[in-house]
Amino acid sequence: MTERRDETMSFMSASPTRRQLLQAAGWCGLATAAAGLSSPFSWSAMAEPAASGVAAASKGIDKTVWSACTVNCGSRCPLRMHVENGVIKWVETDNTGLDVYGEHQVRACLRGRSMRRRVYNPDRLKYPMKRVGRRGEGKFERISWEEAYDLVADNLKRVIAEHGNEAVYLNYGTGTLGGSVTRSWPPANSLIARLMNLCGGYLNHYGTYSTAQISFATPFTYGTSADGNSPSDIANTKLLVMFGNNPAETRMSGGGVIYHLAEARARSNARMIVVDPRYTDTAGGREDEWIPIRPGTDAALVAGLAHVLITENMVDQPFLDRYCVGYDETTLPPEAPRNGHYKAYILGEGPDGIAKTPAWAASITGIPADRIIKLAREIGSTKPCCIMQGWGPQRHANGEMSSRAVLMLAILTGNVGISGGGSGGREGSFSIPFERFPTLKNPVSTAIPVFMWTDAIKRGPEMTALRDGIQGKEKLDVPIKFIWNYAGNALVNQHADINRTDEVLGDDSLCEMIVVIDNHMTASARYADVLLPDLTTSEQMDLVMDASAGNMNYLIFADQAIEPLFECRSIYDMCSEIAARMGVKDAFTEGRTQEEWLRHLVEINREKDPALPDLDSFRAAGIYKRHDPDGHHIAYKDFRADPEGHPLKTPSGKIEIYSQRLADIAATWELAPDDVIDPLPIYASTFRGWDSPERKTYPLQLTGFHFKARTHSTYGNVDVLKAAAQQEVWINPIDAGPRGIANGDLVRVFNAEGETRLHAKVTPRIMPGVTAMGEGAWHSADSSKVDHAGSINVLTTQRPSPLAKGNPQHTNLVDVQKVA
Amino acid sequence: MTQQYGFFIDSSRCTGCKTCMLACKDLKDLPPEVNFRRVYEYTGGEWTQDGDAWRQDVFSYYTSIACNHCADPACTKVCPTGAMAKHENGFVIVDEEVCIGCKSCAMACPYGAPQYSEVKRHMTKCDGCYGRVAEGKKPVCVEACPLRALDFGPIEELREKHGTLAAVAPLPEDTYTHPSIVIKPNPKARPVGNHDGFLANPREV
Repeated sequence: MTERRDETMSFMSASPTRRQLLQAAGWCGLATAAAGLSSPFSWSAMAEPAASGVAAASKGIDKTVWSACTVNCGSRCPLRMHVENGVIKWVETDNTGLDVYGEHQVRACLRGRSMRRRVYNPDRLKYPMKRVGRRGEGKFERISWEEAYDLVADNLKRVIAEHGNEAVYLNYGTGTLGGSVTRSWPPANSLIARLMNLCGGYLNHYGTYSTAQISFATPFTYGTSADGNSPSDIANTKLLVMFGNNPAETRMSGGGVIYHLAEARARSNARMIVVDPRYTDTAGGREDEWIPIRPGTDAALVAGLAHVLITENMVDQPFLDRYCVGYDETTLPPEAPRNGHYKAYILGEGPDGIAKTPAWAASITGIPADRIIKLAREIGSTKPCCIMQGWGPQRHANGEMSSRAVLMLAILTGNVGISGGGSGGREGSFSIPFERFPTLKNPVSTAIPVFMWTDAIKRGPEMTALRDGIQGKEKLDVPIKFIWNYAGNALVNQHADINRTDEVLGDDSLCEMIVVIDNHMTASARYADVLLPDLTTSEQMDLVMDASAGNMNYLIFADQAIEPLFECRSIYDMCSEIAARMGVKDAFTEGRTQEEWLRHLVEINREKDPALPDLDSFRAAGIYKRHDPDGHHIAYKDFRADPEGHPLKTPSGKIEIYSQRLADIAATWELAPDDVIDPLPIYASTFRGWDSPERKTYPLQLTGFHFKARTHSTYGNVDVLKAAAQQEVWINPIDAGPRGIANGDLVRVFNAEGETRLHAKVTPRIMPGVTAMGEGAWHSADSSKVDHAGSINVLTTQRPSPLAKGNPQHTNLVDVQKVA
Repeated sequence: MTQQYGFFIDSSRCTGCKTCMLACKDLKDLPPEVNFRRVYEYTGGEWTQDGDAWRQDVFSYYTSIACNHCADPACTKVCPTGAMAKHENGFVIVDEEVCIGCKSCAMACPYGAPQYSEVKRHMTKCDGCYGRVAEGKKPVCVEACPLRALDFGPIEELREKHGTLAAVAPLPEDTYTHPSIVIKPNPKARPVGNHDGFLANPREV
């Protein structure tokens, strides 16, 4: 031993590296020999990073700068950028305080922690470019900023002169969210809108790709888009029933909804029932019951549950009588048909004559009748009970009625407006009011449904109020000729039916000019005529907010961590320069720089809310947190306490189970034969649904879900995320077996719209007959239009839902085959 | 050795979000294929048709595992160079200046902790963020967890607080290496050695 130790020690002074010599020495005896070395890892030395590539934790970092993750997940997270020699070396998150619930840190999820690889991504757009090939082909030529600004302004002037301001459209984009200056959503509150409003305006849209159906439909019930109790209030409930609500994969922040759910439920020990076609990560073994349901049939389940609640006398009749319209004959509006009320619909005394029994619901939903009865009894007998829905059930061809139907469970049981209960809508949040960059008023009032812009390009003047949901005018006068696409991927990747979009955009005699402003070469950026490279949040200063954050919300000071990369410029600078060419620069900037605007905004907000910090204190602190003074947000609390003093914004001031306004719409709108709009939240089968004739050809339902590797498509080009959470199509062993598909196999998923190839996740976590894939993977098609990225929107349809004219992107039929 | 440090893993809280894994990858600047921490999905259950409807007993849960800084590590025993060694406070660390990349440790470790780096051409692994620990911080994975499902500290303290369970399916028996971990099992957890389920995400770990 001694000899060997000496021998080994002598290696250390030899000129070749120790490793080379050890490799040469081979295996023999060296393990024991090395044990005699003085450890390079003595405890006292541990504060210094060792040679093993470890922990830039403290060494070499010049500064740590607060920034933020400004993507569209519904959470919003602070990031702390550790910068060395002008380069972000690693990304931390909120590290303040003791981190006890209520005074907790707002911890970023896996995506925020990977922000560095978005900032320094090989896909970054580096300088302005103009298209040189066919639109969408992805061939560009580098141009100067001056040429880019001129091109945009000249085309904008030309289109306005030739077609008017209604030919200019601001496409939906949520890639930069929550900022005071930089936010891309709502487009009407973006700097592009301010610029356009100074130039005569633009064609508006209403609705969002996230919430088109629920936002349009639930105001018919509650007067406003259904508000919900904050998830912190789960601490006061006894039973939580989640319809397609999955915060573990949607609102993942460690200061967001999933964290509140975990902490609040730990306090109440509430039972949790998850209704979803997928066994979600929100369930994740913590659920008391998972109730798998066929996509698009939530309203049938609700009707079956309502049948039990009504026939077993578990409805809250005094609540229905006092607060609601149309439950039964006593509150049915006089204009309504006899037996047009909800109770008649459920009991089979309405126009269809079908009793919505649990057995009826079982055949539609795929949920056994005895489970429906059990769930109804549980909901009916547990007070308070919190019914919550996510936005999955509504992103369907019948999503308007599904979302209103789920509200019915909260309404029938009188859980609305009370702590521990809920409205049946999605969870609400406390927020800190903050006035942001003023974007002025749009002189144009015409609006299209957010989902219908490809139609407005192709057949704009054919689109009418009664057929296509045009608002502000009886019909569109001009098609879309100019598109601003700022920080959005709904131009291609996130819009339905990518292959049709490609055809519409590919013809540049239709839409004549597309300006894309973004960080990366996305699928949408490939369709730009002029491509302008934007700064990331790390490269500029902004004030960031808008989290769904339970009963503790916050503002984030997102400081500039690094200098702008390449030739990238801020949206503020770009809009200012284009404003100059449009002759409105002074009105646009009001003489302020971006930082001066931020100082101005902080000051005007401090005048209204003196508790807010001044900019410099805010900048030093990085995050400003505030608690809900009411403890928890309770939706419709005032209405519940005093329905006459605080009426809802419905025509009756009450909860409208039967909506006369919907009856009027159903009677007057021009609908396809299989489109159903009804004054009651009934179940209706749909195109591309589980019982559609198309299912003979395409036997599997396909639904999308929000995937942890991305926020929609944002972060979709980050290698470590793609590897850690892989894009897969979920398929049950019962469907995979006959197709010869094993877990991990490469498969083709296809229908009449298109085809995508990806790996299969063969798992019992998805219902038989149903498949699912995360939405947002970056479209990557070959010359045959076959996508190789698992991009769901080659399989979705541009046919809109009946009422909201919204995106039914979860209503799909496909087949799956193993790739030989 | 002063004391043995270890991890607490609350599988009842874990949503499988992988923030632990990605925070580690960011700090340690790891490539996509190297995972100092891995999140295992264990899933099982059967479906049976009942008329038009379905019945099932599906379950699924996640367990996040890095290096367990075992009391009796398998990796150090097979290391021919002594590069893989147990150090003060129980940290099992590979000396990257010494390691020859023979991968013996990777084959020996039942948890997959030692990870070969194609770039460095030797082994790399979780070092318990000993540098951060020396500064009074916790490993980056622990401080990153949005669900607060991870903790780190002297293993005896963690055992006093959380018990001594150190294995659930699909992990190996804890008798092989005496890992310095304590697991709070998921309500649906299956005992070690159980075959009701299967490792559902083999390509991700």
